[in-house]
Amino acid sequence: MTAHVVSAAVPALEVHDLSVAYRSQPVVWNVDFELPPGVLCGVVGPNGAGKSTLFKAILGLLPTASGFVRVLGKGFESQRLRVGYIPQRESVDWDFPTDALDVVLMGRYGRLGWFRRPSKADRALAMECLEQVGMADFARRQISQLSGGQQQRVFMARALAQQADLYFLDEPFAGVDAATERSIIDLLRALRDRGATVLVIHHDLQSVAEYFDWILMLNMRLVACGPTADTFTPENLHRTYGGRLTLLAEAVERLRAAREGRTAS
Amino acid sequence: MDELLRFVLLRDANTVYVVAGTVLLGIASGLVGTFALLRRESLVGDALAHAALPGVCAGFLLAGERRLAALLGGALLAGWLGTQAIALIQRRSKLKDDAAIGIVLSVFFALGMVLLTYIQTLPTGAQAGLDKYLFGSAASLVGRDVAVIGAVAALAAGAVALLYKEFKLLCFDAGLSASLGFPRGLLEAVLMTLLALTVVAGLQTVGAVLISALLIAPAAAARLWTDRLPVMLALAAAFGAASGYVGALFSSLGGSLPTGPLVVLSAAGIFCVSLVVAPERGLAARLLRRRRTNARIRGENALKHIFLIEEHLANPALVSGEDVAAHHSVGVRDALAMLEGLRRRGWVERDGAAWSLTPEGSTEARRIVASHRVWETYLARELALPPDHLHRDAEDMEHVIDRDMLGRLDEELGHPARDPHGTRIPRPEERP
Repeated sequence: MTAHVVSAAVPALEVHDLSVAYRSQPVVWNVDFELPPGVLCGVVGPNGAGKSTLFKAILGLLPTASGFVRVLGKGFESQRLRVGYIPQRESVDWDFPTDALDVVLMGRYGRLGWFRRPSKADRALAMECLEQVGMADFARRQISQLSGGQQQRVFMARALAQQADLYFLDEPFAGVDAATERSIIDLLRALRDRGATVLVIHHDLQSVAEYFDWILMLNMRLVACGPTADTFTPENLHRTYGGRLTLLAEAVERLRAAREGRTAS
Repeated sequence: MDELLRFVLLRDANTVYVVAGTVLLGIASGLVGTFALLRRESLVGDALAHAALPGVCAGFLLAGERRLAALLGGALLAGWLGTQAIALIQRRSKLKDDAAIGIVLSVFFALGMVLLTYIQTLPTGAQAGLDKYLFGSAASLVGRDVAVIGAVAALAAGAVALLYKEFKLLCFDAGLSASLGFPRGLLEAVLMTLLALTVVAGLQTVGAVLISALLIAPAAAARLWTDRLPVMLALAAAFGAASGYVGALFSSLGGSLPTGPLVVLSAAGIFCVSLVVAPERGLAARLLRRRRTNARIRGENALKHIFLIEEHLANPALVSGEDVAAHHSVGVRDALAMLEGLRRRGWVERDGAAWSLTPEGSTEARRIVASHRVWETYLARELALPPDHLHRDAEDMEHVIDRDMLGRLDEELGHPARDPHGTRIPRPEERP
């Protein structure tokens, strides 16, 4: 509950003119938006719209072509530990030799810093987080023996263990059962209610209005970003899903080819 | 026998060097190889080793003599260049990892062979013994070489102890690792340097061609035995050390047999044994589990068969071993053995030549039959299959649907009374 001395005037996240055109990643061009603290924001857009790319660029995992990011009023570097991240479930090796509790403990590594090992208090906190996602009984289970939904719950527990103020969740509902989806959305609401801002890449347009109070609509460029009630309109949906901006993609590809000395395909 | 004793007691100074060198190298390889394996970069060690050869030669040519620092420095630099070349090819061309590694590995190695042959023609070169770096020559190890290998092993152990948590996170989830502020490039460079040092330390013992096997085999064997990373690291180091010791032992007993290849063969032997006997993941354990499952399925089928006859005759029927044998297309002897197994579990009882279900056996049989018929009902409803397409599938499913799943299927279907063929569905808990 320490998190919320933040004044409402300071946005939780500011993204200024962010552009990414990195190797085979989808192109994201001139994305510019702000999110206030304490919102649960869905990120929607068709396949290849650059949703994951946008997350990775904000988190500094991909080089950007231009633009900058501010988290809770300061540069991203100085605010790392206030940012939590769940990558797509398939992006990690679930046959890795470790158990559920150990994965949750990884959420503490940022605060521990270099060389230090998790303490008893970290372990207790990690167990508590597993408890919150209903996975306490599976703490010592090898992670490959967990179902898809259980693996996603473990990831959710790891995010909770990060005790962040700003979260990026890449498709936490992909391939999970209805009960897991319900329990994850409840946890996300609880995070929002204590003042955290949560961005969630989401595919099921049916549940957008029910789940999210803010919505960010993306298709290579930002189509719209704002409160769901005014923003999630048929017109914006049409602009988001109404086909790729083929000319933008082609122009950016030419730019990259020119920089790398290739002929544009 | 005398020779064995001399080896075990480390009587000869040379034996001490060989054993210390191979064992320490095995430990370093096991530790470093574990992280290479987990990062799916086992082949990078191979590329590094081949790339190191021209570096060794260049180091010799620059120093004008066989100076250790020059050779190691050259090998490290060339190894680093090799990995950079691989990364560059991956980034700037459409080639995949395997092609990039294959090209770099063979080109660097070819360059190394050219330089090596040239060095052999030099007056200083012939006695420098650089050709030993191809396949290794543990017998030529001296105290200084062992000290270098020991230092690399100590460095690897120290780095793993210090950076265990950072390495683990990098291998499991590089994205989270970087987002938490652990620079990916730096950690990868540290791992790569450890790999390069281990390869260089192993050049004289095992050789450039074979060292990658020592990096991969102990770690791969260790993975088969455990699901915990600390145990895997300890086992990989132990397997590496054991490979070194056994290889040195056979080499010593065999007279002039080469140590390096024997060390690699020992590591391969440990891997093969692990592949067969490791618990859970081993082939033997899997075979055993499959046989147990098959035996259980045969027993369940016999039980079901008796139940179906009883159900059909509507009075506690007498089933003979011949009936069961005919139904399952097995010999009467096998059928009787199966029935005897069921009797020991308390599911059937025998009266002369006639067999019948006990109350417990009846419950179990109803569970199996219910699983079969509920599954047929589920398929008919959810997949809209006609009744004549249901039976075969249900024959397999009835053995894997446990009570919990049966309960959930039953719930979802609203506890149907009859299956799609119109037959009554029994329930395990009902009393006959």
